[in-house]
Amino acid sequence: MSVLQALDIGLALLVFAVAAWTIFAPGAFSATVGYVVYGLLLSLVWIRLFAVDVALTEAAIGSGVTGVLLIGAAARLREAKTAGDEKSLSGLPRLLIAGLCTLVALALAAVALLFPDQGPSLAPQSMRRLPETGLGNPVTAVLIAYRAFDTMLEKVVLVLAVVGVWSLAADRYWGGAPGEARLARPEPTLAFLAQVLAPLGVLVGIHIFWVGADEPGGAFQGGAILAAMWMIAMMARLTEAPRTSAFWLRLALVAGPLVFLIAGVAGAIFAGSFFAYPPGFAKPVILFIETFMVLSIAVALPMLVAGPPRREPPR
Amino acid sequence: MTDFLLAMAGLILFTVAVGLARLLGGPGDADRMMAAQLIGTGGIASLLLIAAATGARGVEDVALGLALLAAFASVAFVNSAAPAEAPDSDAADGR
Amino acid sequence: MSLVIDLFGVAAIGAGVFFFVAGAAGLLRFPDALSRLHALTKADNLGLGLIVLGLLPRSTSPLAALKLIAIWALVLLAGATTAQLVGRAVRRKGSAA
Repeated sequence: MSVLQALDIGLALLVFAVAAWTIFAPGAFSATVGYVVYGLLLSLVWIRLFAVDVALTEAAIGSGVTGVLLIGAAARLREAKTAGDEKSLSGLPRLLIAGLCTLVALALAAVALLFPDQGPSLAPQSMRRLPETGLGNPVTAVLIAYRAFDTMLEKVVLVLAVVGVWSLAADRYWGGAPGEARLARPEPTLAFLAQVLAPLGVLVGIHIFWVGADEPGGAFQGGAILAAMWMIAMMARLTEAPRTSAFWLRLALVAGPLVFLIAGVAGAIFAGSFFAYPPGFAKPVILFIETFMVLSIAVALPMLVAGPPRREPPR
Repeated sequence: MTDFLLAMAGLILFTVAVGLARLLGGPGDADRMMAAQLIGTGGIASLLLIAAATGARGVEDVALGLALLAAFASVAFVNSAAPAEAPDSDAADGR
Repeated sequence: MSLVIDLFGVAAIGAGVFFFVAGAAGLLRFPDALSRLHALTKADNLGLGLIVLGLLPRSTSPLAALKLIAIWALVLLAGATTAQLVGRAVRRKGSAA
């Protein structure tokens, strides 16, 4: 067995072990830590599968943002818990769920392992047409050029998710601000970290977005990193979440899918069909769309994590 | 050289595994908060070694992202387990 | 020349992994959370720094080398500050936090 194979097997076993621990972890906080560790390990697996873009996305969203979302939810559950609410699933339903999950996992593993070496794939054709899009990164080409409509709908789903989260607020809080207010004198250590990390992170996020046209990266990953930096500033209480009725916030949220849709319709007018890009002009259009996508993602993710409004809007 | 890099990456992952076994099971939330930091640093180290050995491109960006996101997750964990209080309440500690 | 680079890499990366292992040993053996935190932060940051040092001559471009150093600086900053935060949390909630 070569060193590489041993490494792969070790990594896979580690992922399994962490996943198993996450399932049996005592309490929501521990389980969330396990989940974040699992996600970060999984991005290593993606690197081994030479899917670098997916590794970035896994680390950013699958592990980072989702982990923080779960932590916030766990904290809110702790606040809202009343005596006698402790009624976790037990016995037969739990066994059934475990059995079903195992079955699905085994089925997926069987499909992956029994896949023929030259399985049906459009990869060669998509690589052949790549220079026409002006992009160097085939993943970005698939996301924004070949199946742009799908990606646009994903951004719409993000907006719908934010609306769904906001609708959980009590009537009197509608339009107010979520999260905690900023402190006049925030805790110094946390404030220091936020003040140094956030500008660096913004730089890295913009770089990863911009470089995604030709190298691994892209709008989703860059936007997630920007979102994480804003969330760090909010967690340090240096800044607070904006009021959900703020016009600029709502505009920023819909800017991504809106610009995307306009580009698609413009494609019908200028380039012959819905979501076609004018030949030779594809890359600037794609980058233009991606800029607004980054904005929407960077605004939507912190709003999802901040939760429903909890402070009354000013009259 | 490739084998050496991969073996070192494997060693670091093994170390991370041992550390995780200790931290994730450890008494108290502080140990678990450290787990994110451990996997962040160890993960970046293995990542850089594996990438140097297998020749994957663009991995420095992933490592940069991992560093930022590990810090982000750690801050969220600390904030959740021990919410920040206003500095005035620190006056009694004398520092 | 490449032999020198390889030897330098082996030495630096080996030393870096040694510090990682030392950090893990500290994690296993130290009695309370604060000392474990110390072992984790110092050993892992130093370990990563040595590994980055060993990989620097092999990087594909000056920008990639710069990014490697930036990664280490970032981890150093975030790790040190997070250690302070975790330590403060341990002190606030008692040693059983």
